[in-house]
Amino acid sequence: MSMSSEAAKRGQTPQRIGLGRLKTRAEIVVEYTLLIFFTVCFLIPFFWLVSESLKSPSELFEVPMLWWPRVPQWENFALMFTSFPFLKYLKNTLILVAFVILGSIISNSLVAYGFARLHWKYRDQVFLLVLVTMVLPFQVTMIPLFLLFREFGWVNTFLPLIVPHFFGNAFFIFLLRQFLLGIPFELSDAAKIDGANEFQIFLRIITPLTKPVLATIAIFAFLNTWNDFIGPLIYLSDHSKYTLALGAQQIMDDLDPKWNILMALGASMTVPVIFLFFIMQRYFIQGIAMSGIKA
Amino acid sequence: MKPGQFVSRKDFRNAMLFISPWIIGTLVFKLYPILASFYYSLTEYTVINPPKFVGLKNYVELMKDDVFHKSLKNTLYMASIGTFITTVFAITYAILLSDKRLRGLSVLRALAFIPTLVPAVVIGILWIWVLQADNGVINTLLGYIGIEGPGWIADPAWAKPSFILIMLWTCGGAIIIYIAGLQEIPESLYESAEIDGAGKLRQTFSITLPLLSPVILYNVVTLLINVFQWFAEPLIMTNGGPDNETLFYSLNLYRHAFQYFKMGYASAMAWILLIISMAVIIVLFALNKRFGHNESY
Repeated sequence: MSMSSEAAKRGQTPQRIGLGRLKTRAEIVVEYTLLIFFTVCFLIPFFWLVSESLKSPSELFEVPMLWWPRVPQWENFALMFTSFPFLKYLKNTLILVAFVILGSIISNSLVAYGFARLHWKYRDQVFLLVLVTMVLPFQVTMIPLFLLFREFGWVNTFLPLIVPHFFGNAFFIFLLRQFLLGIPFELSDAAKIDGANEFQIFLRIITPLTKPVLATIAIFAFLNTWNDFIGPLIYLSDHSKYTLALGAQQIMDDLDPKWNILMALGASMTVPVIFLFFIMQRYFIQGIAMSGIKA
Repeated sequence: MKPGQFVSRKDFRNAMLFISPWIIGTLVFKLYPILASFYYSLTEYTVINPPKFVGLKNYVELMKDDVFHKSLKNTLYMASIGTFITTVFAITYAILLSDKRLRGLSVLRALAFIPTLVPAVVIGILWIWVLQADNGVINTLLGYIGIEGPGWIADPAWAKPSFILIMLWTCGGAIIIYIAGLQEIPESLYESAEIDGAGKLRQTFSITLPLLSPVILYNVVTLLINVFQWFAEPLIMTNGGPDNETLFYSLNLYRHAFQYFKMGYASAMAWILLIISMAVIIVLFALNKRFGHNESY
């Protein structure tokens, strides 16, 4: 910014204030133009997902491309149920989602309580270890875990995709701990004087207060499981056990990937998540914003 | 007695009980695999036969493996150039989305965020069509303004930049975190800078970026971890091609482990990945300590 607007800020001659306003207005126009341009860029692939999911197979390959199908092929979505086991894969995915949410809520509530509400030696050093495990790439532990679960006879079951979630997740522990540290300790002390033991305080007094964070955790656990691909790919070999994400990818290995069904499937896997986002936006944004700020 | 200061043996026992799921989980699902991975990396292990100790043979062979070098280079390209471009864009966009003079910002923020909700598999399937050379959206739009678009993922020279586009499309999480970080910077700092005659650009480099540095560190680390693990989109869109240009580290590792069943070799790759990621993160934290602004403000 140059002379004019600074002069305007200092409130000098009326003419200069006019110039400053003009400059501010020009800035705002530029900013809106950029924002609208990038928002359109963010949205185009979504529009494309919907448009492609309603095209006939031949329209998909047409050159030049069609922005919108001549006649929307709603039967692409019907075909998803008849020539693709959509309901079965949806059921498998939802079973995983339910157990992962359950495990995440129980285990991380307990662990975060231990790190936030109890005082013990080396607590903060141990907590640093929790944070370190957050940056461990999946691929580093992938092979030995696969071999271990194979020993257990767990390959081709849901267990490798569920059980680890009952043992805490560094990111969730971190989120909950931040929240728990903010709850007044007088609450716990008062309960202690009334004769409550630590577990009763945890269950009856503190946990009910953490509901907003638990909602955030449930959402993230849902998203991670709904979107997970490499886990099911490694552990599930039997078609009847596939999740939606794995099932979708497997169509592409067919000789004739039915692209119209695939696009309908893509739209069906995405729309519910976006719907969920708009109704629970508060929990999404809070959880994400919190993670970066308090870190 | 200060509130919350019951320090006793009972407290310690209770704490261990509360965190026991994490202790077990870390020992079984993190520490054991890291150590076992190192052991396997010193063996030849095809799953069918028991592991056979071969010393450092896998590491020596990796050093001579051209495909391994290529995959490492590809991932480092994304980790450096891809992360840099994405970070610059995310910060710039967050600054735009924080300008209090504008209206409708919460809607625009939400719209920037929703691409991060799309499952990786769907991103892969969808972007094949977005990037299609002759009838994809991007080339069609470029065609409207008279530019003939490249072959994107089909063209070895454009394959990795195509993936940078996907990084940009899905950087909404980072944008939201940057916005939250920007809100923590006190308005008064900008006001006094203005009085001292500092321009917008100067303010960005002297106030915004230094004060944002812990948040930048967090986002860059998150981005890097994602780049190191990037798997579903490259598998679906290109399966490593053309000319192995998009054969990223994790995709190559997966192939050796679960398609060629060379568990020992793949474990050596996993250990190298562990060392690289730890090194990168330590360097970033050191840089932040040296140059970043860490005092609370």
